Amino acid sequence: MDLTYTPAERAFRAEARRWLAANVPRAPLRSFDTAEGCAEHRAWEKKLHAGGFAMVPWPVEYGGRGANLLEWLIFEEEYYRAGAPRRVNQNGIFLLGPTIMEFGTAEQKARYLPRIASSEELWAQGWSEPNAGSDMAAIAASARREGDHYVLRGQKTWASRGAFADWLFGLFRTDPSTERHKGLSFLLVPLDLPGVTVRPIAQLDGEAGFAEVFFDDARVPVANRLGDEHRGWQVAMATAGFERGLMLRSPARFQATAQRLVDLYRENAGDAEPTLREAVVQCWMDAEAYALETYRTVCRMLGGGKIGFEASLNKIFWSELDVRMHETALRLLGARADLLPEAPAARGVGEWLDGYLFSLSGPIYAGTNEIQRNVIAERILGLPRSG
Amino acid sequence: MEFAFSEDQLLFQTTLRDFLRKECPPDAVRALWQTETGRSPALWRKLAELGLPGMLAPAARGGLGMDEIDQVLLMEEAGRAALGEPLVATAAVGVPLAAALGLEDWLERAARGAALLAVGHPVAPFVADAHVADLLLLEREGELFAVERAALALAHQPTNDPARRIYSVAWSPAGTTRVADRAAARPLLDAALDRGALASAAQLLGVAEQLIELAVAHACQREQFGRPIGSFQAVQHMLANAKLRLEYARPVVHRAAHSVARSVATRSVDASHAKLAAGEAAALAARVALQVHGAIGYTWEQDLHIWMRRAWSLELEWGAAAFHRRRVADAVLAPGARIGPGRTFQGDD
Repeated sequence: MDLTYTPAERAFRAEARRWLAANVPRAPLRSFDTAEGCAEHRAWEKKLHAGGFAMVPWPVEYGGRGANLLEWLIFEEEYYRAGAPRRVNQNGIFLLGPTIMEFGTAEQKARYLPRIASSEELWAQGWSEPNAGSDMAAIAASARREGDHYVLRGQKTWASRGAFADWLFGLFRTDPSTERHKGLSFLLVPLDLPGVTVRPIAQLDGEAGFAEVFFDDARVPVANRLGDEHRGWQVAMATAGFERGLMLRSPARFQATAQRLVDLYRENAGDAEPTLREAVVQCWMDAEAYALETYRTVCRMLGGGKIGFEASLNKIFWSELDVRMHETALRLLGARADLLPEAPAARGVGEWLDGYLFSLSGPIYAGTNEIQRNVIAERILGLPRSG
Repeated sequence: MEFAFSEDQLLFQTTLRDFLRKECPPDAVRALWQTETGRSPALWRKLAELGLPGMLAPAARGGLGMDEIDQVLLMEEAGRAALGEPLVATAAVGVPLAAALGLEDWLERAARGAALLAVGHPVAPFVADAHVADLLLLEREGELFAVERAALALAHQPTNDPARRIYSVAWSPAGTTRVADRAAARPLLDAALDRGALASAAQLLGVAEQLIELAVAHACQREQFGRPIGSFQAVQHMLANAKLRLEYARPVVHRAAHSVARSVATRSVDASHAKLAAGEAAALAARVALQVHGAIGYTWEQDLHIWMRRAWSLELEWGAAAFHRRRVADAVLAPGARIGPGRTFQGDD
């Protein structure tokens, strides 16, 4: 065990810090769930990509810089430290990209990865359906094989980034005779295809963060299938592993929030309920614990390990920590807690409300925390199947 | 950056686990509850053959010349087995303190298992394992004294955990027994506290793991409504929560082992964080394990309470929660505190 950075790791950090200091936009960008904000974020992604920092652990040929996962963690730390914009193409860079890396053909890697890295193509997730939420194996949207094409029918919903994305990845039933986890395939679908209709849905914060997507005999080439036909569940589980287990929510994000929370406490300590001191310190400790566990996981992966069911532990931990941090912040703000960012008296505290509303989605997306607890119980602890 | 244990460290852990499974089963733990000292010289001799008492002592003094990173996994095993022997007092805290004080003769004897040490620290009102210690290292008004047991008057303070033996110690400081003045004693007492907190935290991890394992085994076997109770989500989710707390306490304790072994600047905060995280994990595991067992868990006869009591008593050793929470809070909330992304480890900014 050696918890110090090598000279190469330090040099990498210094390089990332320098680049970010020179390039991170001074003023915050507008929300990427608005048309203007999405365009601003795309422009930022283009700049990141040109600087070689769009997805540092990817091979150079796909638009990365061939860094290892530890360097990715270091980059994320610097990214949040610099207050850089949120990643509009997170579905592409953190979820689909690593999945293509694992399951894609050489052609698919060459076709998709560079455009994901540059955010030339933005991706939406297509998991949920009106009758398949937590019970994802109940997917009914179908993809009927016709020669070199699949013909898609059905509906996806709560498709994150669906409103402004160019493509959608998701599971479709390719074998109508099957039920549940079998007979599904993982397909990559352009959202501008004839027969595809996207209808944005306003979220709790009023913005179009997700969409419902209708498929009405939309024809997708068979070449757009990732992994084997009818074996899409396995591919999707790998994607979910990246989402819950490592990439989607790097610890730096929560450490940055914990740091802001400590600052907020210092400014408001005089008026704060005494118990909030303890709550703030607990949040900081939990954010550190999450960082430590992530470093441990990354070291294990560098040694050849894979992300398994422990991704479910991870997902619960970061999502519930995020809620606790924002709840604590709102309690510190007292009567100012419900001011929107544009309220003249908000003076910079309105972001906590935004963050709180978003944090509430954490225990729901990427598989509800109730499902994750079932997974922990049955797959990690070995308890008998429920239901 | 390498956040992992070596093959050798993991092998030592499984060796001790197998050893304790054989030498320290629940029946043996209960038998020792009934004895006057609660300690087994025979078991201590065998632990000494494995090198445990002196593992932090230099090889030249009969020790293994290892550090707290080597030791932390072994402390977890001691917790898993609910081992009552004074590993923390002697192996984790006493031996390095004796070494720092230059008490070479005592160090060698303790390292080979021929003498037991106890430490009286201002963080605790009582001295653990004073009754079996041959030499006690005691603080008084900031100074450190090395006093043989014969020179002390001990008053046993019975506690909720029959394995825990703590004492009020009456004694008179004298120039002849003083081994460190205030200036010299201060860093030694700080280091002793961090080592004690770390070793207790590591034991708490093992205790929590054992409690969860017992509860899972019970939930798989016990049937109600015609099904194992572990198939009910209410039971599953309680156990998942306990597992969650445990798995996020573990890296905190392991990091603290590294911080103590390498004396990094955040050593004290890291040790306190470890103690808090492991204490909470064990407390939750105890609460959940009892609830999962139901009434049978509430009996003296069922072994569950061996570990419940360890969870409760270890949580009080080497600084109770309030002490450690204050220490972390003072560091984190201080103006200019070095916190935030990229500051988890030393030397990165």
